[in-house]
Amino acid sequence: MPNARDLVAIRALIASHKRWDMLFGVVGLVALMIGVLTFVALFADMAIDGIPRLNWDFLTSFPSRKPAQAGILSAWVGTALVMLVTAFFAVPLGVAAGLYLEEYAPKNWMTDIIEINITNLAGVPSIVYGLLALGLFVYQFGLGHSVLAAGLTLALLILPVVIVATREAIRSIPQGIREGAYALGGTQWQVCKDHIIPYSMPGILTGVIIGMARAIGETAPIITIGALTFIAFLPAPPLKLEPPFVSFDWLFSGFTVMPIQMFNWTSRPEAAFLQNAAAAGFVLVIMTLAMNGFAIYLRYRLRKNIKW
Amino acid sequence: MASVSGEVTSVLQPASQNARLARRRSRFIREKAIESVLFLAALVSVFTTLGIVYILVAESVVFFEQVSLWDFLTDNQWTPLFDDAHFGILVLLSGTLTSSAVALIIAIPLGTVIAIYLSEFAPFSIREIAKPFLELLGGVPTIIYGYFALLFVTPLLQWFYPALPGFNLLSAGIVMGIMIIPYVASISEDAMRAVPMNLREGSYAMGATRFQTATRVVVPAAISGIASAYILGISRAVGETMILAVAAGMQPNLTFNPLEPAATITAFIVQVALGDLPHGSIGYQTIFAAGLTLMLFTLACNIAGHMLRKSFREAY
Amino acid sequence: MAAVHIAPNIEPRADAGKPVPKAEARRLSFYYGAFRALKDLDLVVHENRVTALIGPSGCGKSTFLRCFNRMHDLYPGNRYEGEIRLYPDDTNLLAAGVDPIEVRMRLSMVFQKPNPFPKSIFENVAYGLRVRGERSRRVLGDKVEEALNGAALWSEVKDRLDDLAFNLSGGQQQRLCIARALATDPEILLFDEPTSALDPIATASIEELITDLKKKVTILIVTHNMQQAARVSDYTAYMYLGELIEVGRTDELFIKPKNKQTEDYITGRFG
Repeated sequence: MPNARDLVAIRALIASHKRWDMLFGVVGLVALMIGVLTFVALFADMAIDGIPRLNWDFLTSFPSRKPAQAGILSAWVGTALVMLVTAFFAVPLGVAAGLYLEEYAPKNWMTDIIEINITNLAGVPSIVYGLLALGLFVYQFGLGHSVLAAGLTLALLILPVVIVATREAIRSIPQGIREGAYALGGTQWQVCKDHIIPYSMPGILTGVIIGMARAIGETAPIITIGALTFIAFLPAPPLKLEPPFVSFDWLFSGFTVMPIQMFNWTSRPEAAFLQNAAAAGFVLVIMTLAMNGFAIYLRYRLRKNIKW
Repeated sequence: MASVSGEVTSVLQPASQNARLARRRSRFIREKAIESVLFLAALVSVFTTLGIVYILVAESVVFFEQVSLWDFLTDNQWTPLFDDAHFGILVLLSGTLTSSAVALIIAIPLGTVIAIYLSEFAPFSIREIAKPFLELLGGVPTIIYGYFALLFVTPLLQWFYPALPGFNLLSAGIVMGIMIIPYVASISEDAMRAVPMNLREGSYAMGATRFQTATRVVVPAAISGIASAYILGISRAVGETMILAVAAGMQPNLTFNPLEPAATITAFIVQVALGDLPHGSIGYQTIFAAGLTLMLFTLACNIAGHMLRKSFREAY
Repeated sequence: MAAVHIAPNIEPRADAGKPVPKAEARRLSFYYGAFRALKDLDLVVHENRVTALIGPSGCGKSTFLRCFNRMHDLYPGNRYEGEIRLYPDDTNLLAAGVDPIEVRMRLSMVFQKPNPFPKSIFENVAYGLRVRGERSRRVLGDKVEEALNGAALWSEVKDRLDDLAFNLSGGQQQRLCIARALATDPEILLFDEPTSALDPIATASIEELITDLKKKVTILIVTHNMQQAARVSDYTAYMYLGELIEVGRTDELFIKPKNKQTEDYITGRFG
């Protein structure tokens, strides 16, 4: 039993311990602020240098030797086309793989290998995917330095993101829904097609957007497959006036993308090109922030709305 | 309803039994076919890994036919594009290790402090704002970070230390560290949040403060998860490319001094890829040998992280 | 009263003297946000006695217990009204100026589920002392041995004090948690359904321990098990829907409860 003196000692001890609490509260906030301030500095730096350069001509001009006339037309068109190819391959493959692993896969060594493998792939540096694509797509498959090769490379790169997001979305569907659907006589595929996939769609979409945002900003693997940095033409349009009206020539066209255009300008010594780099960077940052922000918002909405 | 009436008719008319069996068979075949297609999709990831290993090994074999492994590991020069070619991977490795060390000195303490703060100290409102913010920070393309390192952080550092060269490992490493903070913080925080509340209550009930509970109970309980966050941070740092290619220069330089410019393994690959090297030349093959080195290093990290995560899951 | 199957604990106490109040709840109410979980409770806890809180689940008995060491302060939105006075210094534990940490240093708690820390057996027991800044290996060693003896665990673990506490059995883990709570010489030991996660044999050993411990320390125990209350406690309080329905000596309360609701509950007609 403490006497009054002990209580005084205890209070002094608590006060000294609580100073650590206070101190850490401040240190934690400072650490967080370092992250936040860096982000603000990065964004402001890019905006201050880049915004004055942003105008309609910048978006509709090809790169040029003269910095004032240069633009990002071929870069953003290239990015759009590459993303199209990436999404075309990554989304169905990723959703199918996620569906298989959650709904079909038996518990055996094969499934274990696939799962461990996906975890490992998520940790492989992006430039290694570039080397894979260089050896496989560019030379062995003879796709060359094309939109198709780049799109496939980025599709493989974001595949783990899509698979993981799909699996998490499917896992959050309660077992009762499956049982209810099976009880009505549905086959496994009918249950997946009519219930599992639709209900997990928002979660999958979140993962796809995050993956695509990552793919848009990826530079290293595309440089590795030898995308050209100076492209003053657009790939062939996918639609034509004469039959058969669609054309896939653009898939095999040379191209450049936003981050490569920015990298190209960043490595030039002239200040005017650096300004171009800032302007291109600003567009790129806005694109990725918008996509990531949308995905975060979507996930937030999802958590609030769905109460199984 | 259809199947019920089918059942009834089949009892009355045995002749339709075959039709029913045929329908069941076709349904079975369709289900199996779909399952096979899905399985093949899941296998794509395995083929990706096999493809990476195959390409890196096959192309490296060509490289090691011309350069001995001994030279590769011990030579202290890296001049693959010169007439007097040397292939000492140590030169590139020194740049990779130095820049990674700088990055981790930034990312590990800050990431851990942020994780502890968010998991144990921060009020709900701060956490709700900070977490998406960190996620956005992690989603910024690395080329942007490279620009930021070269044109913002380096001039800032030169203001304090004018002798700093325009390309240096220090500013690239610092920015790389900031880029890695969100990964370290979010995985560590997940690990700490997974520590059951009753452990915290046990500690608080003994009269412990927040700081004591966080450092003596929560962090030790989450230690394997935190360690796997660190390992992921290491593998990010080692594999990072564009920040270094932009801000650290691409000149091979055997140095452990972050104030100097130096090429890393990844920056070298970018440099070679930017030039138009003919397929099959020794210069072209070197990037695969460099890539194999990188891959082995990150593979080791991944395996260590995987084992840690496994033991982490078993703890509760 | 034919339906009472419980053999109440009516043997004369060895330490039977006039009971001295150790703590007292006065008009205590507790709110989770806007929900009033406890309503105007009055209860005296006597020194070196075991007081049991019983009642159907959701009646607020654990909530009441957790008021004594201010565990509710850990979560936002909780609010106390009224007082819990701790004697002999007559401190109101719930007063705004009283630090919950100080309260928790004076009152220890044992939880429903054993919650040893991911540390060695020794470090688990030494935790409270270390939190209080004790560094001397000799003092720690003595205190740990004393506490483990007090929790009847010393002979089982004395050769493996450096083993991880997770390697102990469930009953041993709970006794380790009791040792951890004892090591800091608490004035009151709070038990929150300490045997609900244990098998009958481990439960028996914990009950035996509780009966032993009251020589040294005042005990307040929440239990969902009426037989347990009858076996270990000197006083019993029956709670229902956040209110204290009846308080009394255990032998009296179980044999002739004054309140109809209490009678229904202990005879098993309700609950």
